[in-house]
Amino acid sequence: MSAVAVHSLWTTAADPISKIDAPKIEYGQLSPTLIVVGAAIIGVLVEAFVPRKSRYYAQLFVSVVALCAAFAAVVALAADGYATTKAGIAAMGAIAVDGPALFLQGTILLAGLVGLFTFAERRLDPETHGSRVDSFAAQAASVPGSDSEKSAVKAGFTTTEVFPLLLFAIAGMLIFPAANDLLTLFVALEVFSLPLYLLCALARRKRLMSQEAAVKYFLLGAFASAFTLFGIALLYGYAGSVSYGTIARVVDGTVATVDPALADTMGNDALLLIGAAMIVMGLLFKVGAVPFHMWTPDVYQGAPTPVTGFMAAATKVAAFGALLRILYVVLPGLRWDWRPVMWAVAIVTMLGGAIVAITQTDIKRLLAYSSIAHAGFILAGVIATTPDGVSSVLFYLAAYSFVTIGAFAVVTLVRDAGGEATHLSKWAGLGRRSPLVAAVFAVFLLAFAGIPLTSGFAGKFAVFKAAAEGGAAPLVVVGVISSAIAAFFYIRVIVLMFFSEPRPEGPTVAVPSPLTMTAIAVGVAVTLVLGVAPQYFLDLANQAGVFVR
Amino acid sequence: MSFPLLTATAVLPAVGAIATAAVPAARRTAAKWLALLVSLATLALAITVLVRFDPDGARYQLTESHAWIADFGVRYELGVDGIGVALLALTALLIPFIILAGWHDADPLETGSRRWRPTQGFFALILAVEAMVIISFEATDVFLFYIFFEAMLIPMYFLIGGFGDRAHAGSDENAAAQRSYAAVKFLLYNLVGGLIMLAAVIGLYVVAGNFSLQEIAEARANGTLDMATNTERWLFLGFFFAFAVKAPLWPLHTWLPNAMGEATAPVAVLITAVVDKVGTFAMLRFCLQLFPEASKWATPAILVLALISIVYGALLAVGQRDIKRLVAYASISHFGFIIMGIFAMTSQGQSGATLYMVNHGISTAALMLVAGFLISRRGSRLIADYGGVQKVAPVLAGTFLIGGLATLSLPGLAPFVSEFLVLVGTFARYPVIGIIATFGIVLAALYTLVLYQRTMTGPVKPEVSAMPDLRMRELVVVAPLVVLLIFLGVYPKPVTDIVNPAVKSTMSDVHKKDPKPEVEAAK
Repeated sequence: MSAVAVHSLWTTAADPISKIDAPKIEYGQLSPTLIVVGAAIIGVLVEAFVPRKSRYYAQLFVSVVALCAAFAAVVALAADGYATTKAGIAAMGAIAVDGPALFLQGTILLAGLVGLFTFAERRLDPETHGSRVDSFAAQAASVPGSDSEKSAVKAGFTTTEVFPLLLFAIAGMLIFPAANDLLTLFVALEVFSLPLYLLCALARRKRLMSQEAAVKYFLLGAFASAFTLFGIALLYGYAGSVSYGTIARVVDGTVATVDPALADTMGNDALLLIGAAMIVMGLLFKVGAVPFHMWTPDVYQGAPTPVTGFMAAATKVAAFGALLRILYVVLPGLRWDWRPVMWAVAIVTMLGGAIVAITQTDIKRLLAYSSIAHAGFILAGVIATTPDGVSSVLFYLAAYSFVTIGAFAVVTLVRDAGGEATHLSKWAGLGRRSPLVAAVFAVFLLAFAGIPLTSGFAGKFAVFKAAAEGGAAPLVVVGVISSAIAAFFYIRVIVLMFFSEPRPEGPTVAVPSPLTMTAIAVGVAVTLVLGVAPQYFLDLANQAGVFVR
Repeated sequence: MSFPLLTATAVLPAVGAIATAAVPAARRTAAKWLALLVSLATLALAITVLVRFDPDGARYQLTESHAWIADFGVRYELGVDGIGVALLALTALLIPFIILAGWHDADPLETGSRRWRPTQGFFALILAVEAMVIISFEATDVFLFYIFFEAMLIPMYFLIGGFGDRAHAGSDENAAAQRSYAAVKFLLYNLVGGLIMLAAVIGLYVVAGNFSLQEIAEARANGTLDMATNTERWLFLGFFFAFAVKAPLWPLHTWLPNAMGEATAPVAVLITAVVDKVGTFAMLRFCLQLFPEASKWATPAILVLALISIVYGALLAVGQRDIKRLVAYASISHFGFIIMGIFAMTSQGQSGATLYMVNHGISTAALMLVAGFLISRRGSRLIADYGGVQKVAPVLAGTFLIGGLATLSLPGLAPFVSEFLVLVGTFARYPVIGIIATFGIVLAALYTLVLYQRTMTGPVKPEVSAMPDLRMRELVVVAPLVVLLIFLGVYPKPVTDIVNPAVKSTMSDVHKKDPKPEVEAAK
């Protein structure tokens, strides 16, 4: 049937579609993400077809291989010069392959790998009904306290779905900082957020709290996503495109050809300002900046601790990457508008996180507020709007993520009859019972506090230096003041661990498998290496500090 | 490449600290001996530095320079001038005595877990502090200095909070609470000071582009690096604040009595005789060299604060009932003298201040360590609990008296020379302040002699009647310190010869000439 044949009174024949240009996909440049997505799909198939007994090992194997392969792909791309001498825009303008993207992807993959080890830990809880259990619910769908839950536990079920969920989340995070148009940004946001919402709900113990955390995270997250999406729509209305480069040119006023429609909307600054503000708000939600931080303590506390550690590290990396790209690639022309606002956000984030943390009595909530304060420090680097600002943020993110995963991994070890003993009073005298674990945790706390010879100090120095050079000296002063406030509560935990008498009914320290030990050891090693000899990594971050447009 | 002597003096105790910490739990005595041997070997290295140092040679000697963090403009740069070498030697000298005096301070009372090794930790931490203090005296890179200036807080903090004085009036729980209060107070004061300095360090980088003390000082001197007046003043204040907390200067001093009171006597010596010296040393080296104009601008205010420290510290020392807190307030008074000498901006004042740092280290160590021996015998820190000790323990009382007399700057003992120089140096430029400061000496006589009278003389209290005299180990600690006090009191030339050229260079950095008539310093 030809096209003419459908012509009738009501319809008019379309031009015959001769051929659709197949999109050009640079598989090589996209390989890190593709490997992880592929492995995640294999993980789903493993869930469907592999016998329950061998699923854990199969999933662990697939995930480790995928993350290592993806990291190797990132390194290969960087060695090929994508991080330094050249940059590409792949998948029809959707994905940028440049220094910051590759650096952050590498960081996310390594953090994901270390996080995966804590996910796979099965020696902390005592064996139930003859089978080893991990930190996740036996069967997510069973109602807490119900008979079906009991029978699931009795049958020795484990939720091995966490592995493909983790891989999907990592895949989304890999795209997020590399997204080069707003739609890809939004899709990546959802791809990594949805698995995280789900993972938050899967705690084996304190399931109601975990589910509550997940619902809170989901509702607030959905709200933030809606903001972002609305912002994207407004920005599209303003610039007539979702591509970062095109929007940036329209904002700068250097667009080549102005058609009448564009000329009409280009003058409408309200579209631009409101749209940009809403997108940035969505991203600030993900990094946990004040005043968009409300979800952080509840979610960090309720989620299974391995998930918290992974989320605190990797989400922050991905979201700051995306924020950097939006501010530095899309909206540099709007710098004079967004800088004052970001100044205010950075100041209240640094001070707010540090001050509220003082009153916390739960170690996970304390680390949550500490992560808010750290988001403020990183924002100080973002505000610098210099190449140094980019590289200092990249360095800080890499340093911070390993400290965070390590710290939360230590939290999983300190346990009593009810699971993890997260209330601070239970940590009293830990230094007497288990000097090594307490010392390791002290190293992480000192790194959070930014004491010299730890990675925290090098990172803090880098962002503050960038901020000072970028003309934000007052931010540096606020930064050191809130560091001083923050030091108080990190020190308090150390006092508790080393100078307080142990309680007779205090928690015990579980002896972990090599998996968690590796995670903690990597955390300590990175903390000290980046603290004492950061030059190589600073160089790496410096070379990677240029965005493609 | 020649042997990196300065690095070795810092690396040796650092490695020793790790080795000591690694000694198995049951081998406590081995850990003590290891720590002592390491500290003696460090002393030997420090003496080598002293011998190799040529007072009339280049300003910074035995220099080492390596790339470190190029991205922050940071180099690993070491070098000592006369002031640095004197304090380096003092530190290396005092640590063996501190270790020996604290020989039994960290023996575990109760058995914790199998892996709980307080003794190993105690001595490892002392060595770690030594390593960090030494490298701060050697660093000629501001960033390198800052890193260790801050990092030394952590081992100090554990030493104060983890190993308290067992002679405590209250219950165990009360003692633990006060101890951790003292440790936290120490850490927070110094951390806040350090963080404010961090802002200034970053500011300095933004202005100067690198952290090399020599390069910046040179560029400041020949005018290639111009700082706006206000910038220089803010940066100066940022640096000075941190050093004034460390030193400590009134009104930032309140952490010191708590820390010295709650810590064991050897740790108290470590705080006041070793760690705090980094503060006054850094004023001389960094504040004056990097910010000469701002230093002159701030001089009047700082002199007034120093004067308040002198008088206030002495007055509070008079009123103390606790022996260790008394020594702490006396130290605050002495730090007032040191800071006054530095900012009097005369060569006598600065020579005197440097000499004062050395002498104060020795005299406070002697007094405090003997006081520690005394307290460990009776189990109380309160002056009122003692009386007539000189009848039962004459050697103890005698050395205590010499330590006390040194603290009040009796002529013939080392601190007299330095206190005299500081006062002369200050008087030459600021007569009124010099005169008021002299009252500090009168008050010093009051608090020391009253302390001696109440504890050592009078009827023998029943609780002290069975008090043993100094043991061999304790004598080995005290005797050399007493000998040094007398020797340097009679013949201070070896130290002044090393210090004077460095002071001259510092004076020329701040473009200050001594007021006429010229008084030849301590010849």
